[in-house]
Amino acid sequence: MEKKKTTCSPRPSDERLEPGKVTIYLMGKAYQVPASLTIMRAMEETGYQFVRGAGCRGGFCGACATVFRTADTYKLKVGLACQTVIQDGMYLAQLPFYPANKATYDLAGFGVQRSGTGARPPDPQSLGPVLVQLYPEVMRCISCNSCTKICPQDIKVMDYVNAAIRGDIAKCSDLSFNCVACGLCATRCPAEISQYHVGMLARRLHGAYILKRAPHTKQMTADIAAGRFDAELDTLAKASTDDLKARYAKREMEK
Amino acid sequence: MQPSIEKLNATRQFRMTQQIPLLPPDQKQSLLEGFHPDYKKGTMRELLLGPNKGDKTPHELANLFEAYTATDPSLADLKCPDYDVDVLVIGGGGAGVSAALVAQAAGANVLLVTKLRVADANTTMAQGGIQAADKPNDSPAIHYLDVLGGGGYKNKPDLARALTYDAPAIIAWLEEMGVLFDKNADGAMLTIHGGGTSRKRMHTCRDYTGLEIMRCLKDEMLNCRVPVIEYNAATELLLDADGKCAGAVLLDLENNRVRVVRAKTTILATGGCGRLHVQGFPTSNHYGATADGLVLAYRAGAKLAFIDTIQYHPTGVAFPTQIVGQLITEKVRSVGAQLTNVEGNRFIYELETRDCTASAIIRECQERNLGVKTPTGDFGVWLDTPLIELLKGPGTIQKQLPAMYRQFINFGIDMTKEPILTYPTQHYQNGGILIDDKGETTVKGLYVAGEAAGGIHGRNRLMGNSLLDILVFGRRAGVAASESARQSAKSAAKLSLDHAKKYNTLAKELGFPKERKAPILLPDYRPEPYKGHFTFFECG
Repeated sequence: MEKKKTTCSPRPSDERLEPGKVTIYLMGKAYQVPASLTIMRAMEETGYQFVRGAGCRGGFCGACATVFRTADTYKLKVGLACQTVIQDGMYLAQLPFYPANKATYDLAGFGVQRSGTGARPPDPQSLGPVLVQLYPEVMRCISCNSCTKICPQDIKVMDYVNAAIRGDIAKCSDLSFNCVACGLCATRCPAEISQYHVGMLARRLHGAYILKRAPHTKQMTADIAAGRFDAELDTLAKASTDDLKARYAKREMEK
Repeated sequence: MQPSIEKLNATRQFRMTQQIPLLPPDQKQSLLEGFHPDYKKGTMRELLLGPNKGDKTPHELANLFEAYTATDPSLADLKCPDYDVDVLVIGGGGAGVSAALVAQAAGANVLLVTKLRVADANTTMAQGGIQAADKPNDSPAIHYLDVLGGGGYKNKPDLARALTYDAPAIIAWLEEMGVLFDKNADGAMLTIHGGGTSRKRMHTCRDYTGLEIMRCLKDEMLNCRVPVIEYNAATELLLDADGKCAGAVLLDLENNRVRVVRAKTTILATGGCGRLHVQGFPTSNHYGATADGLVLAYRAGAKLAFIDTIQYHPTGVAFPTQIVGQLITEKVRSVGAQLTNVEGNRFIYELETRDCTASAIIRECQERNLGVKTPTGDFGVWLDTPLIELLKGPGTIQKQLPAMYRQFINFGIDMTKEPILTYPTQHYQNGGILIDDKGETTVKGLYVAGEAAGGIHGRNRLMGNSLLDILVFGRRAGVAASESARQSAKSAAKLSLDHAKKYNTLAKELGFPKERKAPILLPDYRPEPYKGHFTFFECG
C-alpha cells in the first residue's frame, strides 16, 4: 500500500504548494500546512507537542509569544501563537521565557506610615518614586519606542515607562492594564528594562494605595464578622428544597 | 450571513424595549431535559470501580478513572524523597496560589508544584467577574439563595454557606493586594448582574477580571518567595501506613524524571476537565485542563460528587474558525447584548442561568432550525453586540470589554458594528472531589480547592462564583492544611503506592485496554501518525 504523504513531514523549501496550503518555517525548517490555521495549531499539525509555549490558548496568558518574519521584508513581527493566523512564507520562532529582572517587595510595607491594617500613607502620591527606586533601569530608556511597536496587545509600552519615570503611578497602571506579560517588550529593549514587571508594580500600588477602598465592602465584612447574618444563613442551610424553591421564586430582582 | 445580519438590524429597535420574563421552574426543567448535553442519551456510563462505583459520568471522564496509572508505581523511590515539606500544593492557578500564600503565612514550609507555569490556569482566562454580597441591598443569605437556585438546590449547604459567607472578606483581601476593581471615585464598586443573580454583585476588572486577580496573586507569591517548581506534574498521590495522604509523585515534563515529595498535608488545586472535550465540544479552558487531580484523588480513595454534570458556557465563539470555543464572557450579556436567531428574534432572557441559556441556544439551532449557518457549515446564534453601544453609549465596548474587542478585531470583525456568532462551549466542571467546609476530602490529609473540588455549586455554577470559590476554598484549605501539618510533629514514616498498584491490578482484572493510562496531563492535538505518542511517559 502506498504510504500517504502527511502534512506533518518537513518539505524541501522549493516544493510546489498543495492547494489550500502554505509553507511555514519552524525555526528555519519548512512545512506545508493548511492555510487557515493559527501558528499554534500549525505547529501541532507538524507533529510538535507543546509543553512550553502554550498556556491558555485563548490570548490571556502570554505563554506563546512568537517572533516571525515573512519573506518579503526584513521587518520582524510578533504575535501570540494562539491568536495569529499563519501566512505563506512565515519564518517563526517562539520565545516561551525571557529572563527579565523582577524586583521583590513588600507591598503592604509601602504604607509604612499606616496606622493599622488597610490604612494608607497620608499622601498616596508620595509613592511615585517607588517605581524608579525598585526599577532604576527605567531611567535608561532612550525613547526608541521598540517596546510599543512590538507589543502584541497594542499597549503604549514606552508611554507607561515614561509615566513610571515621572512617578505617575495611575497613568502607568492604566496604560499597562491589558498586559498579558508575554515579555516581548523586554526582548526588544536596548536599555534592558523589564517593562511588564514595572507595569505590574504600578498597578498593584494603584489598586492598593491610590484607589479608595470600597466603604460598603468594609462595612459588610465587619457585619459578617459580627455575626449579623449567621442565624439567617443557618436557617437557609437547614431549609428543605421546597422551602428554598418558594423563597427563590419570591426573590426581589434588582433592576 | 449578511441577510441574517440585516434582519437582526431591523429588529433591534423593537428589541430595545422588549421584555422577556424568566422561565417558570417547570419550563426551565423541560428545557434542560430536552436540550442540555448532560441529558443526552448514551453520553455517560456507570463507573466500574472506585469510591463512586455505579455512578454515572461522561465517557471521556470514565476513560480516565477506568485506566492504568500513567507512571509505573515501582519507578518511584519512596525510601528517599526528593523533597520533604509541611504542605504540598499541586496546581498554580488561583486556588493553589492563594492556598500556598495562606499556608506559608501561617508558618508552614510550603512547596507549590505545577504542570505548566504558575498562572497557566482557567483563573487567568476568567473574564466576567467575581461575586460577593457586599452592598447594602445585598447579603450572604440572598447570595446563598441565588447559588442554590442556580445549582438546582443540590449544592452541599455548608459549602455554599462558606462561599457566600467569606465573599466580602475575599474582595477586601484582593483590594489590599492591589487588585484594580472597577470603582467610582469614592471607592464604591461598579457592580453588575450575572446570569441567575438577584442583585448586582458582580465585581469586575474591565473584562480581564481573572487575569488581574491571578497576576496579583502570582506577584505576591513571588514577593513572598514561596518555593515553586514548574513543569512538574503530579501523577500519583502517596499514602502513609494509615491511609492518610503523605505527598505525591511528580513527573518532570522536561526530562521525564520521576520525583517524590513527602508532605504532612497535600492540597490539590489542579482545576477542571475542559480539554477532555466531552461530547466533542470545543472548550474555553486552558491547555492543561485534563482532570488530573480527580484521577489522583480517586485512586487514593477520595469520594467524588456531581461528576455527571458539565457546564457548557452559552456563548463560546462559533466563528471565526480559528478561535471556535473560546469564551465570549457573560459580561457581554450583562452589559446589554442580546441573543437572536437567524430571523433576528430573541428566544430566551439572556441572563437565565447558564445551563438554561445554553440549552435554549442548542434548541434554537437543533430543533427549531433557526440557527445561523457559519461558513464551515456549523450553526450558531447572534450576539447583538452593537446594541451595547446604543444602550450604554459609544465606546462602552472598548472600555469595558477590551479583551473581547481585541479577540474579534484580530480576525477583522468589529463587534461594535457587527454582531458576533456564538454557540455553547465546554466551560466548567460543576462537580469534583467532595470536600468539607475546610477543604478536606474523605482521604485524611488531602485537601482540594478550586474547580477540582465538588459540591459547592451543585449541578450548575453561576457566573462569578468560580473566581470566588477558588479564593474562598484556597484560603480555607491553606489554613486547615497548615494547621493540620503543625499538629503532626513527624512526617510519615513509610510512604506507599500500594493503592496505585492495587488499582492497576483491578484495572487488569476488569480488562481495561492496556494503552488507556491516566492522568493524560496534556491533550494531544497532533495529527496521525504523531497522535498518541507522548513526548513524556515513554522514558519513565
